[in-house]
Amino acid sequence: MAELTGKYLVGVYDDDDTVLHAVPKLRKAGVKIEEVYSPFPIHGMDEALGHPRTRIGIAAFMFGLTGCICALTLMCWTMGVDWPMIIGGKDPISFPNFIPITFELTVLFTAFGMVTTFFISNGMGPGTHFHPRFDLRSTDNKFIMAINMGSNAMSEDEISRALRDSGAEEINIKQF
Amino acid sequence: MASAHSIPSIEERFEFTSGAKRNLMIGGAVGVALVLVGAYLAANGGGGHEVAAHGAEAASAAHAGGEHAAAAAEGHHTAGWVKRIWANLWVNGVYFTGISVIGLFFISYNHLAQAGWSAVFKRVPEAMPAFLPFTGIVLLLTFIFGGHDLFHWTHEGLYEVGGPEYDPIIAGKQGYLNTPFFIGRLIFYFVVWYWLWKVIRNLSLQEDELGGTEFYEKSIRFGTAFLVVFGVTSSTSAWDFVMSIDTHWFSTMFGWYTLASWHVAGLAVITLTVVMLRDRGYLRAVNKSHLRDLGKFVFAFSIFWTYVWFAQFLLIYYANLPEETIYFIERFSGHDGYYKAPFFITLFLNFFFPFLVLMTRDSKFTPSILKVACWSVIIGHYMDFYTNIMPGSVGSEASFGPLEWGFFLVFICAFTWSVASQLSKANLIPRNHPMLEESLHHDIA
Repeated sequence: MAELTGKYLVGVYDDDDTVLHAVPKLRKAGVKIEEVYSPFPIHGMDEALGHPRTRIGIAAFMFGLTGCICALTLMCWTMGVDWPMIIGGKDPISFPNFIPITFELTVLFTAFGMVTTFFISNGMGPGTHFHPRFDLRSTDNKFIMAINMGSNAMSEDEISRALRDSGAEEINIKQF
Repeated sequence: MASAHSIPSIEERFEFTSGAKRNLMIGGAVGVALVLVGAYLAANGGGGHEVAAHGAEAASAAHAGGEHAAAAAEGHHTAGWVKRIWANLWVNGVYFTGISVIGLFFISYNHLAQAGWSAVFKRVPEAMPAFLPFTGIVLLLTFIFGGHDLFHWTHEGLYEVGGPEYDPIIAGKQGYLNTPFFIGRLIFYFVVWYWLWKVIRNLSLQEDELGGTEFYEKSIRFGTAFLVVFGVTSSTSAWDFVMSIDTHWFSTMFGWYTLASWHVAGLAVITLTVVMLRDRGYLRAVNKSHLRDLGKFVFAFSIFWTYVWFAQFLLIYYANLPEETIYFIERFSGHDGYYKAPFFITLFLNFFFPFLVLMTRDSKFTPSILKVACWSVIIGHYMDFYTNIMPGSVGSEASFGPLEWGFFLVFICAFTWSVASQLSKANLIPRNHPMLEESLHHDIA
């Protein structure tokens, strides 16, 4: 996530259904919503926000492919080239033997890769100081809508009114 | 949860049109014609493989291990094409039994898990087990009239101590593998499966008329009873119907393996039926999310089948015990290498193709891709049972020609007929199902 700068309007909602219905209403009114934070995934929210399709699947596939190639290379080289070994009367390079390890390393690389991706894309992990930037309650029981004033042409009052109309119970201003 | 799409009407009735009936009739007739042509060709030595096979029979019989050598030595020898007909009836009978019973399996575990999403297309799996009496009768008659050609263990000589064909290993299995017990088990499976289906189906139809949660709760109990029964009978029927053909050989994975095969084939049939009904304007309440979940089911269980297949293969490959490896050697290089092609086609159609095709998110709700993947799995698992059953029963005299295509076509048309006539008997969407509301709003975006 890019470093946040500027002035934000933060709408606090009490219910996932309210916020899900508020999003299309606000977008129709011309408000540009940057992000919605929720304690749990809300089905249909990505579509409602109009976020572009996530590329996380491609990343996962690439990590998996890397793991697969690494495993096969390692085993073919150690078992077949560097120090050929015959185990159980099988050829040094016999693929049925390699499949379990290939599978394991594919999964392992994918898992580690995805965790790393998660940390990087959320600005978390060792050496960073993560804090919920808009409202601490987005990890508890509230649904938080962040609106970047810099990218909105509408005035603060207009947006506040629209937020209030769409069911926000609180509207705060955050300056970074 | 709120969703953007509007819900189409839930009052719809599937119409089994005379056009559809005519097409199925034509399909069945073509199948029968193919069977007749195939039988004629095979009986006159026209089968390409068979001509070569007769010459090489002695060699491959020795190759294929004790039981086949013994069968050849026994002296009585049924013509290859007759054996092929019995074996084809058996392959299709077992395969379509599995697909049918998986309909009830799907319903039952969805009831037990109180799954809501599947309620909207529930009539499709519910329609499938109606085909069980047909396959049951086919299997029973095939066993009674052709069992001697398919099952080596039915030969009496094997059990005569000191006799020329005495086989101590098979004689040791006599307590389980004997004709009266086998027929008893076969009848038991079909009666119990069909009866439990009938009960659950009637509850579902009553629920449609009367409403309330009472029928749903009863279905959960009967469904659970079925799962307990099927937990045992799926394994024992797999041993009986498939594994006992290779009488000497056994695998502790086999029950799972056959269940996995039946299950993914059944899921592919459910998915294909739902997609085809949508193509014809029915089941509009089935949305992208339902299709995606069905696609995931087919994707996941084609991997599960491969996992079980490979687990069975790898243990035997590693351990390298002659009495176990014979099973794969027979399929891999026995019978002039005839089964090598079906062996690899099975893996390709059941794993590599659906795995790669259904991997992306969008492909799981794209009807045309789902159809291709489902057909791949349906044909692939036919090949799976072909590869499991043919080497031990028909052996070198096997072939793949009009006979095989014909029988498969006849069974497909009969099964479709049975499903379509069941679907036309009730409202296509279970209108009083307690989970229907959840299912109509199913959204996994």
